Amino acid sequence: MVLQSFKNCLWLPCVLRTPKACFWSTASGGLIIQSVSNDVYQNLAVEDWIHDHMDLEKQQILFLWRNSPAVVIGRHQNPWQECNLRLLRQRNIKLARRKSGGGTVYHDLGNINLTFFTTRKKYERMGNLKLIVKALKALRPQLDVHVTDRFDILLDKQYKISGTAAKLGRTSAYHHCTLLCNADKFVLSSVLKSPYKGLKSNATPSVPASVKNLFEEDASLTTEMLLDAIAKEYAVQHQIDHHITLINPADETLLPGISSKTKELQTWEWVYGKTPKFSVSTCLNMPYKDSVLDVKVNMDVKHGRIEVCNIDLPEQWLPPGLYSELVKSLTGSKFCPNETTALVATLLRVCPQDNELHSRWSLLCENMIRLM
Amino acid sequence: VCIHRVRSCSSIRFIKSKYVCVFDKSALKFSHQQRLFRTSPVSCGQIVQFKLSDIGEGITEVTVKEWYVKEGDSVSQFDSICEVQSDKASVTITSRYDGIIRKLHYSIDDIAFVGKPLVDIEIDASKGVAPEEDVVETPPMSHEEHTHQEIKGHKTLATPAVRRLAMENNIKLSEVVGTGKDNRILKEDILNYLAKQTGAILPPSPKAEMVSPVRRTEAVPAAPKDKAHKIPVPVSRPIAFSGKDKTEPVTGFQKAMVKTMSAALKIPHFGYSDEVDLTQLVQLREELKPLAEIRGVKLSFMPFFIKAASLGLLQYPILNASLDENCQNVTYKASHNIGVAMDTEQGLIVPNVKNVQVCSVFDIAVELNRLQSLGSAGQLGTSDLTGGTFTLSNIGTIGGTYAKPVILPPEVAIGALGKIQVLPRFNGKGEVFKAKIMNVSWSADHRIIDGATMARFSNLWKSYLESPASMLLDLK
Repeated sequence: MVLQSFKNCLWLPCVLRTPKACFWSTASGGLIIQSVSNDVYQNLAVEDWIHDHMDLEKQQILFLWRNSPAVVIGRHQNPWQECNLRLLRQRNIKLARRKSGGGTVYHDLGNINLTFFTTRKKYERMGNLKLIVKALKALRPQLDVHVTDRFDILLDKQYKISGTAAKLGRTSAYHHCTLLCNADKFVLSSVLKSPYKGLKSNATPSVPASVKNLFEEDASLTTEMLLDAIAKEYAVQHQIDHHITLINPADETLLPGISSKTKELQTWEWVYGKTPKFSVSTCLNMPYKDSVLDVKVNMDVKHGRIEVCNIDLPEQWLPPGLYSELVKSLTGSKFCPNETTALVATLLRVCPQDNELHSRWSLLCENMIRLM
Repeated sequence: VCIHRVRSCSSIRFIKSKYVCVFDKSALKFSHQQRLFRTSPVSCGQIVQFKLSDIGEGITEVTVKEWYVKEGDSVSQFDSICEVQSDKASVTITSRYDGIIRKLHYSIDDIAFVGKPLVDIEIDASKGVAPEEDVVETPPMSHEEHTHQEIKGHKTLATPAVRRLAMENNIKLSEVVGTGKDNRILKEDILNYLAKQTGAILPPSPKAEMVSPVRRTEAVPAAPKDKAHKIPVPVSRPIAFSGKDKTEPVTGFQKAMVKTMSAALKIPHFGYSDEVDLTQLVQLREELKPLAEIRGVKLSFMPFFIKAASLGLLQYPILNASLDENCQNVTYKASHNIGVAMDTEQGLIVPNVKNVQVCSVFDIAVELNRLQSLGSAGQLGTSDLTGGTFTLSNIGTIGGTYAKPVILPPEVAIGALGKIQVLPRFNGKGEVFKAKIMNVSWSADHRIIDGATMARFSNLWKSYLESPASMLLDLK
């Protein structure tokens, strides 16, 4: 059901926390909304927008959303540590960093996301999760699901079907969680495995768990049924109509400022640059001619940029001028394969045109870039 | 009793000495808000320990993950101070006061405790007034209006400090244009408003004030007092512009460009331009486009330009050469690796199509498609970006006619292609017809390339494109 009334209402975008613009339901103590978009950045932007702009004093909000394949890391996590970035890039799986804490999750259309918006005072995760369990049991009484102390929902007491995270602001808060209905477990396990060794960081680590889809337990379950069941339970508990309002995250009139939020979530500075300081300490095994060179590499990365870079090459393997140019170029540059490729290609233009040198340079740079 | 107070505004770098002399030191005693003029905020406020408030759910400790402020920063009420994390919940801690941060009690990754001090903030002794010294000189006017602020219409955003400042100066907040976040009214906005009111009180700023095109308030002419002067001096600052210069380090793609172009400076460039009649080529491409689409490939003009260039290079191989550092030797490259300048989100990047001399036009189109999709995804590899021997830059897709391209070392020539325009030209019979004209601008290294060579190459390239059928004769 598409919103009709908002077009006739005045919306004062400059005023923070208007006591509800008239198209949001005013009469009741709650509101259920669902996103029409499957874009992870747009949906995360909606969460952020509601958190910043909506007055949750009189009504709480349940937001339902699903995303096309994406890996979502927590606010203070390290993407290099949490997932297989090369695989993500190859398969065109998006990478997003959310504003709430917690660990890394894989989203696809077989996973549903639920966000419970309340005032800061009414923030209470356990209640929300128990609501979900109640809804699941109402739908399929034989399901063995329960909530753990770690705010996970387990199926058959061992498989994780839901993970939780939360964000608290000055006056409002939200708790969101996933629910595995019919996600691709194979892709999930392969992208959430980082091949990285030698990474030292204080970023929040994820706790891996065995997962299972609800669909595997009961093949008659679909994401629509689950969404509906949860919305129904929410409606009952908040004494409101079981009515889901659809919203379009691209609608700037409805959500003024949403497109800049969406853009910000996609910037390199947010996704990679917000990674807490970390260091890489590894050894490149480079096969060269008839032998294998062991090259130790140490790098410190802060705000996603290389602060310090040390490459332990055999003496004179590269002309010293070129080596120092490489280190100088890398220092301060993004820990990013695209940028590094452009830089090393440029350096190759301005060094002596020698085939032997070029092949050594290419070998070293290929290996360095593979680290990113 | 009029109280003279010294004004210092953050946007004014100095105050003329005669102005300061007006200020009678004895007046210092009268107002508790007096301060000696200094460029840094004076520390005479009260230090408050801002404690970490209750997070909820019985949580007693959190980890500090990011600081948004540092010691010495000034904060307003509700500004974000830091981000802490507790058990999958990320919490933004906001300031309860206006003031200056004097001490951060924790470093990143430390455990912070609920109820214990998080930061020390210095707030003013008289609460609500901002600690920086910006007290305003008001002319001796009697104000009959009451000091209570009426706020018209919707709620105006301003911190308590700002409200008090407005109140003290009998300013209605609704009349002030806010330039802060969410149209919040800042101290600067109040001061600018006052400047408008009192006109010549402000010493003329040494820099010309920029007029912001976005914030258009009523243009305020020079204050009436100025009419008395013979020479009109533009004194007023009608529009508040609070922008600041931003300095960033040069990194990434920009850095790469700096390096390449600085190296290119060593090359003595000469330019040669011409126009090419693409009428026949346009028609040919229209015929071939659907054929390419069936094969799943987008066919632009570039594959033709690239192939024609390669055919030209077979006749003039010096354009596909490289001069060594000491200008002692010229290396004639066997492969025609023709670079194509690409504009991506991050900046300029030049991947090349390898071995064009053995590729068909269709092969080149396929390869271009591949490079373009990798380029826009930011996934070009080093082999795609290195080994180029000659470059074409199709700036015409964006616009322009003539250009002066810069040679990318270690190459010796480059061509920039303008946009295709429909222009009137004369045909063989002397009749005017609609011709599809494109301009090409070549640059070459004058140390080893002479004008005649460039001209002949250009003519050959041009002839292939003007009658594409002639390419068939020379295709290998």
